Amino acid sequence: MADKTLDAKGMNCPLPILKAKKALKDVPTDGTLEILATDPGSVADFEAFCRQTGNELMEHSEDGGTYRFLIKKTA
Amino acid sequence: MSAEEKSMSIIVTKGSLDWAYPPFILATTAAAMGLPVTMFFTFYGLPLLLKDLKLQLTAAGNPAMKMPMMGAHMGLPNLLTAVPGVDAACTKMMKNLMSKKGVAPIEELRELAVEAEVRLIACQMTMDLFEYTLDDMIEGPELGGAATYIEVATQSDINLFI
Repeated sequence: MADKTLDAKGMNCPLPILKAKKALKDVPTDGTLEILATDPGSVADFEAFCRQTGNELMEHSEDGGTYRFLIKKTA
Repeated sequence: MSAEEKSMSIIVTKGSLDWAYPPFILATTAAAMGLPVTMFFTFYGLPLLLKDLKLQLTAAGNPAMKMPMMGAHMGLPNLLTAVPGVDAACTKMMKNLMSKKGVAPIEELRELAVEAEVRLIACQMTMDLFEYTLDDMIEGPELGGAATYIEVATQSDINLFI
């Protein structure tokens, strides 16, 4: 169970990233943020976001057009 | 600033609805990724700082602007773009399309940029030229000139002109 869930479904670039960055502020260090999105571009973008910010992308999956990301706040 | 930290600057020179997107998308995203960002607003980019944004679009001189319509992509011949009301209709169509596709309005991206402490510099010369004052602008921009920008640029890893 993630510490926080962000529903970014229907949002287009760059909103899922911007909202995730804001949501991470409410997550404790070593806590997790779950993000749900429908933007197919968010897959590559969350990978890049995590590499750049030093947070850990623990999981990502896709189910029926909805992408799910689990980010561990390590930075 | 740590040695590892990268930074970015953008010169914003265009103020139509479509061209307002690239600088604000890149500035907000870079800020979200931890980069200090500076935006320098000059010439037609300056009105993007106005309190009241009335962004418009024109298909004139832009053969690449084709909107998805009834399963096809439709452009507009230059001649028709001169007809009164056509730019307004194009603007409305683009805004509807953006809202349908979940693209943020520029107002929202601009607010997020301010919130993320993106440094906003309004070109003093353009302010004088087009007779604007800081009272016309949102809270946040500072005034500066070419030297102010160049100083920022020499310290930035990424410098974009849009």
